[in-house]
Amino acid sequence: MDTDETLPLSQRSEWSDVVPLTQDDGPNPVVPIAYKDEFRETMDYFRAIYSSDERSPRALRLTEETLRLNSGNYTVWHFRRLVLEALNHDLYQELEFIESIAEDNSKNYQLWHHRRWVAEKLGPDVAGRELEFTRRVLSLDAKHYHAWSHRQWALRALGGWEDELDYCHELLEADVFNNSAWNQRYYVITRSPSSGGVEAMRESEVSYTIKAILTNPANESSWLYLKALYKDNKELWISDPSVSSVCLNVLSRTDCFHGFALSTLLDLLCEGLSPTNEHIDSVRALATEEPDTNLANLVCTILGRVDPIRANYWAWRKSKITVAAM
Amino acid sequence: EMEELPRITVSQREQFLVENDVFGIYGYFDASDISTQKYMMEIQRDKQLDYLMKGLRQLGPQFSSLDSNRPWLCYWILQSIALLGESVDDELENNAIDFIGRCQGSDGGYGGGPGQLPHLATTYAAVNALVTLGGDKALSSINREKMSCFLRRMKDTSGGFRMHDMGEMDVRACYTAISVASILNIMDDELTRSLGDYILSCQTYEGGIGGEPGSEAHGGYTYCGLATMFLINEVDRLNLDSLMNWAVHRQGVEMGFQGRTNKLVDGCYTFWQAAPCVLLQRFYSAHDLVHHGSSHISQGTDEDHEDHVHDEDYPEDSDDDDSDEDSDEGSVNGHGVHHTSTYINRRIQPVFDSLGLQRYVLLCSKIPDGGFRDKPRKPRDFYHTCYCLSGLSVAQHAWSKDEDTPPLTRDILGSYSNLLEPVHLLHNVVMDRYNEAMEYFFKAP
Repeated sequence: MDTDETLPLSQRSEWSDVVPLTQDDGPNPVVPIAYKDEFRETMDYFRAIYSSDERSPRALRLTEETLRLNSGNYTVWHFRRLVLEALNHDLYQELEFIESIAEDNSKNYQLWHHRRWVAEKLGPDVAGRELEFTRRVLSLDAKHYHAWSHRQWALRALGGWEDELDYCHELLEADVFNNSAWNQRYYVITRSPSSGGVEAMRESEVSYTIKAILTNPANESSWLYLKALYKDNKELWISDPSVSSVCLNVLSRTDCFHGFALSTLLDLLCEGLSPTNEHIDSVRALATEEPDTNLANLVCTILGRVDPIRANYWAWRKSKITVAAM
Repeated sequence: EMEELPRITVSQREQFLVENDVFGIYGYFDASDISTQKYMMEIQRDKQLDYLMKGLRQLGPQFSSLDSNRPWLCYWILQSIALLGESVDDELENNAIDFIGRCQGSDGGYGGGPGQLPHLATTYAAVNALVTLGGDKALSSINREKMSCFLRRMKDTSGGFRMHDMGEMDVRACYTAISVASILNIMDDELTRSLGDYILSCQTYEGGIGGEPGSEAHGGYTYCGLATMFLINEVDRLNLDSLMNWAVHRQGVEMGFQGRTNKLVDGCYTFWQAAPCVLLQRFYSAHDLVHHGSSHISQGTDEDHEDHVHDEDYPEDSDDDDSDEDSDEGSVNGHGVHHTSTYINRRIQPVFDSLGLQRYVLLCSKIPDGGFRDKPRKPRDFYHTCYCLSGLSVAQHAWSKDEDTPPLTRDILGSYSNLLEPVHLLHNVVMDRYNEAMEYFFKAP
């Protein structure tokens, strides 16, 4: 039996009984692709077995060859899943196959969906392996969207939450601007079965975040995360002295960007914070304009100047200030 | 002892490199003479059309990686051509309709190529491409009954949609399904059941929307999620304040948009991020008239938003065929452009920096030889061409409160000849073609 994969399919005796099926592009297709011979031929044979619904070992091998030529062909991935099921194929081997495809191009929806399908079938036994796989992908690209989705799915479906917050910290130590890692922190504290939820974690997380803010006041990620910690408790957000003080701390510095401190203060005021003299003085110190008696208005005016890209937005925000902030 | 230098992270380093490239281009532009600047600002329509037409007719072997995305290639190219105010000849039109028809599955929906499994994304692309071609032949080629069956098959009990049989489920699948259902007039309760719940669960603490519940807020998914909520009339369920805040903060120093917080600018986000900004601003505006009308006036801050219009703002050459416009609305000058009364209360100041955004697209994304790219040093491609042009159109029309208010000369960066056709923000097809599709699919029997 001639299974030499370096020969064109039409010359392999293994495939001699199959009549390849050409693509029904029509006489004058638009966006026609000048396929290389190997590509065209492989697809012709795939079409043949897809059409006859042949779920055999050679069909499985053919899907592999096809996917190496175009890993974006979701029809082939779909058919491969049908063949794997029909053959009751070793899914651990399948994990390795996926890893080898991922080496060339990991930014492919189909590959990740296939991985999820396989891992789900294998169950909690592969929890560690999925975390390891995504960790490897993330070590090359710490913000890889599919890898993060898969990791979140794996935690949810297979478990392994214990070290996740530490992993986030590891990534943030390397790059505090990694918004995906901040997003993962939020995921862990809100979804982990062993976390007490935001309520239980708030104090330690606020402390962690404030430290990050003070080190890099221009890092938007940390400011967004801080606000997130009070998402379901706005009263606490406006009354917690840590929140107010981090804003005041940053505003008092002359060497950094004040935009996020100002916008956080604006949000607090709109939520009903009663500004203290410290708040007022702090803001007035930054104003080069006529001091507006309405502090929220004044903050918007200053923001229009220090964050000029969003000048129109801050003007629009000013017009939205409700009576609560007066 | 040597002072320790602050450690630069990967994010900071990458951002620094991009800023260098971008500011290098802006600096070159600013230092150039007027005629060079004029040239750099020009869309270069002929070159763009050349690139697009060539792609429609033939693609090289390197496009094999997009062999399961051919309806997308059709849509990206046809949409770009339509935005430039052009159309393809009859022969090419027939070839396109025929080819797309061969991608249609016998059980409804369209696949990535002839014989491929129907997929929601390629279905969306095929339908949009056919709507963009327009005409009875294109529109009648869509099997609506089978499409209904296909969409229902893709619906999941959680409220979301799967991309194909046993495929992945995410916000993109939801959008593509609903956009198609809406345009083809096959929306029903089964399709929309619990859909709002699913999308709501994808809005993150940042305010933007992620692909799946828990995933990071992302420009593409934010557009998909927001557009879907508009189409099913459940926008007010989202936290709109935080969504607006997140979206406007995605515009960076380069003046283009990034897809996620602390990531790099990319021309395609010109559409994915600017469209939500405009949609939200218009939504707030439309609803403000009902709720906060009085506080507007007492604040006296409407002045900051109202766009004051003067005689010199009108385009000198109006290509507008204003023949179908209501001539009762104010006076009409010799060029057929309506005067001030048409514009008061029909213009707003966009919340994002539209001229800055246009600058990024025209100077950093546009390739003079045709095509658009993500950012300097990246190659051009049809996806970026489509979304840079679509986004450019959104930016040019951002001052209008509605689609009947044409842009003024000062809204368009470069000469007024850079003006592109307006798009329907929820579907991203040119407005005229959308209206034609509405006529066709919604006409009384």
